[in-house]
Amino acid sequence: MASTITIEVSRYRPEEESEPVFQSYEVPLRSDWVILDGLNYIKNELDGSLSFRWSCRMGVCGSCGMMINGEPVLTCAAFLESYAPGPIRIEPLQHFPVVRDLVTDMEDFMGKLTTVKPWVVREEEKPVEEGEYKQTPEQLADFKRYSMCINCMLCYSACPVYGLEPEFTGPAAIALAQRYNLDSRDEGNDDRMEILSHDEGIWSCTLVGECSEVCPKDVDPAGAIQRYKLAGATSWWKSILLPWQK
Amino acid sequence: MSAKKSNDPFFWTLFGAGGALSAMLIPAFLFLFGIATPLGWVEGPAYESVKMVLLHPLARIVAFFLVSLSLFHGAHRFRFTLYDGLQLKHLFQLIAVICYGGALAGSIVTGYILW
Repeated sequence: MASTITIEVSRYRPEEESEPVFQSYEVPLRSDWVILDGLNYIKNELDGSLSFRWSCRMGVCGSCGMMINGEPVLTCAAFLESYAPGPIRIEPLQHFPVVRDLVTDMEDFMGKLTTVKPWVVREEEKPVEEGEYKQTPEQLADFKRYSMCINCMLCYSACPVYGLEPEFTGPAAIALAQRYNLDSRDEGNDDRMEILSHDEGIWSCTLVGECSEVCPKDVDPAGAIQRYKLAGATSWWKSILLPWQK
Repeated sequence: MSAKKSNDPFFWTLFGAGGALSAMLIPAFLFLFGIATPLGWVEGPAYESVKMVLLHPLARIVAFFLVSLSLFHGAHRFRFTLYDGLQLKHLFQLIAVICYGGALAGSIVTGYILW
């Protein structure tokens, strides 16, 4: 079992290069190895200077998203063999500034995520003595899908609108807003609508649907945004036709 | 984030309604009146009787909304194709006026023909 596969990695070391360049490495083509294993092989055996993010190796932490042959994927969930005979071209997630090699800067998303208040908003917290907020399995099912997001940023990389209009709030942040809107304990719907009913919010989305295609957790951000648009349009018409209602 | 409230909900409602209507009805109409009847696969109603149906105000209203909303659906799609596909975002207002203006003009012509 001497077969290998070529991995072409985008290298960007700001102190050395002004533009990213590709560097090729030969890694063992093992049937039980995912692309992340190949990268770790490079890091440990061939070139310790390569930088990339990873943590859990099991599709939970959302750190190891990269462009593989031009598609955003979690490298811990993509087997080397699926890309045989290669070469495999690995680049940092597109639409994000590159810090170094395969490491991107996610600050833009982090800022946007906070604006949509991704937590349970209550007008009044009930005292602890009154116990917990109870929820039926049906109420949980309403939002569970959207709560599976691991902030891996694949949807932002896949979204052509985000690529063209960086001010777009983007798929994951809107899906997470929807996750709390649909939570029976939450009362922050109006706050979030105020933030997302702008051109840069839900209305930037043109339903390309690539976000849902690449999502490794089956969150369906495109569906979340469509539902949000319906709610947004309904509240808009209400504000026009029934202006006296708050 | 800018605080400009969007007027997209209005056009999106027309787009959504037009999309649903045209997806459900237009293929059926096209098949029945454009293919099946002319080819003699089904014995369709005669021209005169279809015209009689359109004399009923309700039928006219349905036909009007079918055509008009489908036009607005197309206009909305075309607008975003121009914005993003051809990267003409800087012509924002001109494109919106042309697309929705076209749909409006088409709706007026439809109304004129129907009534």
